[in-house]
Amino acid sequence: MRIRRFTEPVFESLIKICGYSSGFVVLLIIVFLFKEGISFFGSSPVEEGFTMYVHASNPVKDLSAAQIKDVFDQKITNWKALGGADQPIERFSLDELGEAFTEEQLGKDFEFLPKCIDSYMDSLPGSLAFFPSAQTDGKVKSAVPIKIDKITVGKFLSDTEWFPTSRPAARMGVMPLLLGTLLVSFFAIIIALPLGLAAAVYLAEIADERVRKFLKPVIELLAGIPSVVYGFFGLVVIVPLVQSTFNLPVGETALAGSIVLAIMALPTIITVSEDALRTTPRAMKEASLALGASQWQTIRKVVVPYASSGITAAAILGIGRAIGETMAALMVTGNSAIMPPTLLQPVRTIPATIAAELGEAPFGGLHFQALFALGCLLFIITLIISLLVERVSAKRIN
Amino acid sequence: MEFPESNEKRKKLGQAIMFGLSRGISYGIVALLFLILFFIVKQGIGVISWEFLTAMPTDGMTKGGIWPAIVGTVYLVLGSMLFAFPVGVMAGIYVNEYAVAGPVKRFVKMMTNNLAGVPSIIFGLFGMALFVNQMGFGASILAGSLTLGLLALPIVIRTTEEALKSVDDTFRQASYALGGSKLYTIRKVVLPIALPNILTGLILAVGRVSGETAPILFTVAAYFLPKLPSSIMDQAMALPYHLYVISTSGTQIEASRPMAYGTALVLVVIVLIVNIAAALLRNYFGKKVKMN
Repeated sequence: MRIRRFTEPVFESLIKICGYSSGFVVLLIIVFLFKEGISFFGSSPVEEGFTMYVHASNPVKDLSAAQIKDVFDQKITNWKALGGADQPIERFSLDELGEAFTEEQLGKDFEFLPKCIDSYMDSLPGSLAFFPSAQTDGKVKSAVPIKIDKITVGKFLSDTEWFPTSRPAARMGVMPLLLGTLLVSFFAIIIALPLGLAAAVYLAEIADERVRKFLKPVIELLAGIPSVVYGFFGLVVIVPLVQSTFNLPVGETALAGSIVLAIMALPTIITVSEDALRTTPRAMKEASLALGASQWQTIRKVVVPYASSGITAAAILGIGRAIGETMAALMVTGNSAIMPPTLLQPVRTIPATIAAELGEAPFGGLHFQALFALGCLLFIITLIISLLVERVSAKRIN
Repeated sequence: MEFPESNEKRKKLGQAIMFGLSRGISYGIVALLFLILFFIVKQGIGVISWEFLTAMPTDGMTKGGIWPAIVGTVYLVLGSMLFAFPVGVMAGIYVNEYAVAGPVKRFVKMMTNNLAGVPSIIFGLFGMALFVNQMGFGASILAGSLTLGLLALPIVIRTTEEALKSVDDTFRQASYALGGSKLYTIRKVVLPIALPNILTGLILAVGRVSGETAPILFTVAAYFLPKLPSSIMDQAMALPYHLYVISTSGTQIEASRPMAYGTALVLVVIVLIVNIAAALLRNYFGKKVKMN
């Protein structure tokens, strides 16, 4: 008895601590996600440890990441397009220097690099150079480092290109990924909602108890199948089907993703809307039937409108699941960040991007941080969705 | 008399069509499930053999078996449940037995709901940031188990809470009347009654964890390991990740397709067994544990 007097408070405080565990975990997720994600903003899109230089006489003093990429992709070849003088842009980096100078001239550890750059630069007033910062910082006389726009939240959200590994300047625009995610998810719900609602109505209002007892667990079983199995099924069945039906070069498309995600969203939609339909008071249904309405008319005019907020919650919940779905989307959507995304082309979703690229992104680098920023965005979207669901379902109770 | 009668007919016809349609859709969805299962069983059953289940993969994953992936998944499930089960059950006890109705309880429940809604890839990111990097576990069974444990936490909390809620208050009052303390009552009266339903939740959490891929991508999963993991700080192969890599990024995707079907079948069978076990347990004890 005496021992218990000591152990009970210990156990009870342990229980209390565990009670707060989910809140604590959510807090930790926010801290760790946003710590990495936020350090992404304000950093320079140029590859870490490198600086970009222009000739000291060049009037152009700052460029955006998009402009640099266009220059290195040779889409822009004249300084005029960047607001400078009418002279061709000469890109040069270690590769060009390696051809012009011998290894001895450059030095074993590139210690003579600044001198070589100077002598090369002098002959090329239109050059845009790209060198490691460590050896060149403050030592190059003929050239000045160019100012490159820092990554901002606005640019991250509005930029339409996702080339996180392009050198020398990466482009990290979330637009194609976000639109791809939304396209796949919304279309999935457009497919799943009518089917799911019909099944929910059947289960809640039409089917007799015996049939329901068989159907319900089977539908719940659909929710238990791992997403990677759905992805695999989509890959070997849905993808070839989409490809042959629409005569496409590749079957891995947004449409294939939507179909797979629709199948995955069905159990959620059916369960949540069936629960909502069941809350309709018996008296309301009987009043409708007593007025001469058929059973179907009662369902259409009384039961479904009464449960409308629950059905809305089911739809939002389904969209939320689809937006966050990783493996199935990764395996069937084709993963290419095309802008604007369309149904019959490959698309790339936010979770699939994180899953596909995090393994290759160097730890703590810009790309790594960008993927965490994507994670933050995804987290915010799903948080908004759970708040919306809570809001909509709370309305039903009132 | 003409008009109402035709109206009545139209009403009946409309109802028959709509009832038929919704019945057709419902059975269609069930048929879809059986189609998926049938397809995977048909394609995978030929691959299943004693060797497939107990041998190491060979020849660039085109031959051999999936033994290390099965072992890895078992370790991960055990590890995650070692963490999630005690913490989740105690959290469920707190929510249902201790927390007083009010803002604190609402907040705790809201956080559990939010945690349940967090996409699995976010758990992967978080597990990598906290367990792999910050705590320095590296990609290991420990980091992967903890990540999966966090993912399973809300499932265990909710089912425990529901299970405790279904225990009639008269049991508690009877125990108090006999002089039992609160904790003693929970331990000796409430928990034993709620145990089957709590176990149902545990089984469902096992089913969920054994199929999750995204959280283990960066925290534990290895593409191929020639030997079984020897400690919790080792990387491990896992069934869902194995299915993912051999069906998408292997060097010989076509040649390893039969292996993929076999792996998918094993995964599906595990999930089916788990779900059926949960359903049987639930039916046997006649109480419903709700998941959503």
